[in-house]
Amino acid sequence: MTGVVRSERPASARRLVVRRGPVALRLRVRTLVVGAVLTATAIAIAVVNLASGDFPVPLRDVLWALAGQGDAGTEFIVVTLRLPRVLVALLVGAALAASGAVFQSLTRNPLGSPDFIGLTTGASTGALLVILILDGRGLPVAVGAIVGCVATSVAVYLLAFRHGAQAFRLILMGIGVSALLESTNSFLLLRARLSDALAAQVWLIGSVGGRSFTDVALVGIPLAVVLPVLLVLARRLSMLNLGDETAALNGVPVERSRAALALSAVVLAATATAAAGPVAFVALAAPHLAARLTRAPGPGILPAAAMGSVLMVAGDWIAQRVLPAKDVPVGIVTAALGGAYLTWLLAREWRRGRALG
Amino acid sequence: MDERLRAEGLTLAYDERVVARDLSVRIADGSFTVIVGPNACGKSTLLKTLARVLKPRAGTVHLDGEPISSYASRHVARQIGMLPQSPVVPNGIVVEDLVSRGRFAHQRLLRQWSTVDESAVVEAMRVTEVLDLADRFVEELSGGQRQRVWLAMVLAQQTGILLLDEPTTFLDLAHQLEVLDLCADLHEQGRTVVAVLHDLNHACRYATELVVMRDGSVVAQGPPAEVITPVLVEQVFGIACRVMDDPETGTPMVVPASRSRRRETVQARAQPSLSAGS
Repeated sequence: MTGVVRSERPASARRLVVRRGPVALRLRVRTLVVGAVLTATAIAIAVVNLASGDFPVPLRDVLWALAGQGDAGTEFIVVTLRLPRVLVALLVGAALAASGAVFQSLTRNPLGSPDFIGLTTGASTGALLVILILDGRGLPVAVGAIVGCVATSVAVYLLAFRHGAQAFRLILMGIGVSALLESTNSFLLLRARLSDALAAQVWLIGSVGGRSFTDVALVGIPLAVVLPVLLVLARRLSMLNLGDETAALNGVPVERSRAALALSAVVLAATATAAAGPVAFVALAAPHLAARLTRAPGPGILPAAAMGSVLMVAGDWIAQRVLPAKDVPVGIVTAALGGAYLTWLLAREWRRGRALG
Repeated sequence: MDERLRAEGLTLAYDERVVARDLSVRIADGSFTVIVGPNACGKSTLLKTLARVLKPRAGTVHLDGEPISSYASRHVARQIGMLPQSPVVPNGIVVEDLVSRGRFAHQRLLRQWSTVDESAVVEAMRVTEVLDLADRFVEELSGGQRQRVWLAMVLAQQTGILLLDEPTTFLDLAHQLEVLDLCADLHEQGRTVVAVLHDLNHACRYATELVVMRDGSVVAQGPPAEVITPVLVEQVFGIACRVMDDPETGTPMVVPASRSRRRETVQARAQPSLSAGS
């Protein structure tokens, strides 16, 4: 690789310029390092999660089992029982965070994450309808969540985002739609039988317990398709951050790009929620945390995704191993962590003398 | 020969409010065209329509003989660059990153920082004298510095046609002249420059071609010396004035009548005798 690090610049501005054949790229060194460290951290915590449990497995045996070289018992525990859960946590975290990064960037608002614009609430309504009315479990619930999420996003888009409407309107509209769906959800729960309501409630908190490779595929395949698309669209997203006018003046097809970006982010939010339930605050917090580390302008989709994975696997480890009650749904931990973070964020913004948005 | 950029029969409107009807204008190639006119006469709207940011309700903007809407947005962005009136300043972006984004229309997914891109950005920052600001955050710059940074971003786009919407607003006199001098340099290097300006004397000094607008239509177009007369200024701005030769440049210089004399003209409006001399 013919890389040149321009080292006369301040550390934050250091770039790696790669020029070879038809490829000519310039990458921020800090972003690369942060991305790599976060990815390594996520994988390390994931391996720890695979090792710990009611039957602790030594790390070395975990790695052997993953390589298909372990004994049958260890392989059953690590690969069949624990791996789907860990993979779902990794993938859901990445999908939610990437979706959040895109929406926050599109709305140019730190609160513009799928949690706040009604998408996850819509997914919940879809899932609840399947659990409580159609008496479905498993895959049908996931389908219900996807349908609910997509339907809500279409509704919010039609109500608020047409004619290149203000991003802020989208958030207000999303909050309105959220409230409406939230009350629908409560109504559904209120009328449900106790056992159904319990199943629904666990789903509503967001959990990665008892997941199978079907769930892994449910979130993994869309992620594998959408993430590359988002990386292609990311440059347009950075241009949209400069305002629709400047973006258009620089040759960005504004409406088409925004629709493609929103659609991609909806797919990620929908499938992630379908696989793990509406896990709170990962989509909101991960992009902010990643951006704080990279100190880069722009959406930073990949670092955000890596941070989302870290939050999810760490949250799941805390939920399983640290809290006194066994096997707490991961959503409780991420909500607690995310809530604390959001409070801090708001306090900080206010100290700086301006409200969010 | 047709001009590269011309507009024919434009109707410009925001939702219900029609700004201009049957507006036609030709931008002479290689000119420094300055559009003047009272507030809300449709200058900025015209400029945005020429840059294809706004779609005209009726009529067509032609670029190189074809309707501008027939091109890919990327192609247009390689021909026409525009400095908007008040661009959004994103947080946490340093000057060099912002200027680099002006290369968007020239880049490809895997070809984002070719030697051509790099030299275009460096050159744009050099002529706007923002190289020293490369690692500063845009939001912490002064108005004058920020305006030069935006200009650098537009220049990095390397377009033959440059549209500037009130590039001197919010700048003190020194910075105004700095920006205008830079525009004049760019014009001398062969670019077509179109700017909306408020100061008539600046307009007369720098423009090779003046487009005078009022209520959404072009009232006069031509070299400043031929266009600017007391009658025209009174007709367009409703201000009695004298027009003299600028002692520095010999271009027309508009000197508004004193407050008392302007009051007289308002009272004498019934009789169409213009008391302004030249």
